[in-house]
Amino acid sequence: MLTAAALALLATLALTLIRAARGPTVFDRALAANVTGTSAMLLLAVIGFLTGRPDFLDLAIVYGLLNVIGTIAVLKFFQYGNLGAAGSPEETPRP
Amino acid sequence: MSALIDAASALCLAGGGFFCLVGAVGLLRMPDFYTRVHAASVLETLGAGLLLVGLALQAGFTLITAKLAIIGLLIFFTSPTAAHALAKAALARGIRPLLGKARTPL
Repeated sequence: MLTAAALALLATLALTLIRAARGPTVFDRALAANVTGTSAMLLLAVIGFLTGRPDFLDLAIVYGLLNVIGTIAVLKFFQYGNLGAAGSPEETPRP
Repeated sequence: MSALIDAASALCLAGGGFFCLVGAVGLLRMPDFYTRVHAASVLETLGAGLLLVGLALQAGFTLITAKLAIIGLLIFFTSPTAAHALAKAALARGIRPLLGKARTPL
């Protein structure tokens, strides 16, 4: 059953990558990249159990942390146009 | 007892794989960005949760299960955050949801 789960996750990765390549807006691509990262985390965990080396779980944790930080950074860039602003234009005090 | 745990683990793994596939198909075939966010959240809650529970049942009470719990908590907290940020950013950039026609005038 581990093999079936790994195959299902591989198919999931393929479908999300198709959406990332096709997605009309940049937010579709960001969503597909985020889902790809989550599926890759799960695939790493399952592969660790398949090969009998649970050390892969550490890689999955690191991958998940990088994934969420990357997603938030990309979204902040495409929402505000830069990464250095403190918040939204309404929240920043005007001089 | 061991056979019972193996069967429960296999059931959870099969369910997790199924829900991952369902989420991916929804991500590919839904018509609108906001409905795609909805489909992706199926993958990140039910699919990931069932897969991790299935793996934890195979591992038993060890450090591996603690690591699986950490992964589960990470997904549990970060995936709604990312979905919220995605929808907020898309709405702020002017992407309108695809709406049906209202039956009665608003």
